[in-house]
Amino acid sequence: MGAPHGHKLHFHGHSWLHRLPAHVKLVALVAFMLTVVATPRDWYPVFAGYFLMLVALVAISHVPPTYLAKRMVVEVPFVVFAALLPFVATGPQVEVLGLSLSEQGLLGAWGLLVKGTLGVLASLLLAATTEPGALLAGLERLRMPPLLVQIMGFMIRYLDVVTDELRRMHVARESRGFSARDPRQWPVIAKSAGVLFIRSYERGERVHLAMLSRGYDGRMPR
Amino acid sequence: MSVPVLDLQGVAFAYPDGHQALHGVDLHVHQGERVALLGPNGAGKTTLVLHLNGILMPGLGSVSVSGLPVTKENLLEVRRRVGIVFQDPDDQLFMGTVREDVAFGPKNLGLRGPELERRVLEALEAVGMAEYADRPPHHLSFGQRRRVAVATVLAMQPEVLVLDEPSSNLDPASRRELADILRSLDVTVLLVTHDLPYALELCPRSVILSDGVVAADGPTADILGDEALMKAHRLELPFGFDPRFASRP
Ligand SMILES: Nc1ncnc2c1ncn2[C@@H]1O[C@H](COP(=O)(O)OP(=O)(O)O)[C@@H](O)[C@H]1O
Ligand SMILES: [Mg+2]
Repeated sequence: MGAPHGHKLHFHGHSWLHRLPAHVKLVALVAFMLTVVATPRDWYPVFAGYFLMLVALVAISHVPPTYLAKRMVVEVPFVVFAALLPFVATGPQVEVLGLSLSEQGLLGAWGLLVKGTLGVLASLLLAATTEPGALLAGLERLRMPPLLVQIMGFMIRYLDVVTDELRRMHVARESRGFSARDPRQWPVIAKSAGVLFIRSYERGERVHLAMLSRGYDGRMPR
Repeated sequence: MSVPVLDLQGVAFAYPDGHQALHGVDLHVHQGERVALLGPNGAGKTTLVLHLNGILMPGLGSVSVSGLPVTKENLLEVRRRVGIVFQDPDDQLFMGTVREDVAFGPKNLGLRGPELERRVLEALEAVGMAEYADRPPHHLSFGQRRRVAVATVLAMQPEVLVLDEPSSNLDPASRRELADILRSLDVTVLLVTHDLPYALELCPRSVILSDGVVAADGPTADILGDEALMKAHRLELPFGFDPRFASRP
């Protein structure tokens, strides 16, 4: 089981940023993302400004930078894609370290990288300073349809249960000599994914029965 | 005699895949009784439990709760009267905090405000979990989650509490704590289990369900003491346990 506080992305604290109402942070995050995306990618000093702003917020929040850095790995697929761009894009070429690269591609890669990194960092900071429950309440205050908020609530609630199940299946597989390195065994992974899906589906049905047993009629009581 | 809290007459049920799980079950449980429903795996115990509050409807026969027939029209009242604690607390606890979860049932009954607050707190106090009200359920230990699951139905002030395998996966201390809680409650209990010492400890009367029919009904000590009967229904006492010498509180 997890730590007594919050979720895996949440970093417990009492800073000003932690205490700011969740809906304010949500709106700020969306506004920030839109601004970043709309900024032309060759306004280099402006991006430096965005970055400094985030660094200042991280400092205020007392979340250790290494804590955020570790969680930045979700960005890796984008980094790989961005790194490919200068090689595959067409147009005028430039010489960098003896390699002939597309100018457009380089600029595109830069834009993708800097905007992606700013967005991921800002989102992680929100997750680190806001309890999942508060986040849901914030969404509700922002008039998100209650059904969607409910579904997200269930998702948070059962994330641990499902990842636990996933881990147990993984341990059970490995204990019987399975190795994910051997491609001949990959079909087994696909089958376990199927089993996990069915188990989760059946759990959903059991949860629904338990809800009905306590008088649930399809609408969440307010 | 008074109107039984649970009254099942000839309840038969087949699952959609054709598997006949119940073959005509007759069972009466009266107010204030604590009855154990014993049976091996696959006997149809859980299937029977799902009939008590109309999750499943019998193909033949009838179910009534304190005289109220279990039909589509009466579902909400039936579900208030019959509180079911399911086998896996993770199925039962689905809200963000313990407090919200315990409030879910009474809210569905229309309770709000201070009355709701009081119900939630009383239920949590009855299972000794009041101090955990604001914790997310998935951060509690298994035994604590089982106790909160009991609170979620207690908060609906049921006439009968039905527990499906409540002692499974509990360590001995949690098992005993749950027994103490169940004994302290002033409510009719149907305890579904194959934990025979637990049945003897908590329930003066036992019913054996086997292959979808009631195979025996009588005082728990007599039933557990009848070796031929027990053997015939795949019920085995734990090594070294002799019901004749077990002391009862
Ligand atoms: N959803 C289902 N569909 C078909 N058969 C089922 C279903 N659930 C249970 N059964 C079957 O019904 C019988 C009784 O099951 P159950 O009531 O869960 O037994 P118990 O709780 O006593 O172990 C078993 O043979 C089981 O395989
Ligand atoms: Mg069962």
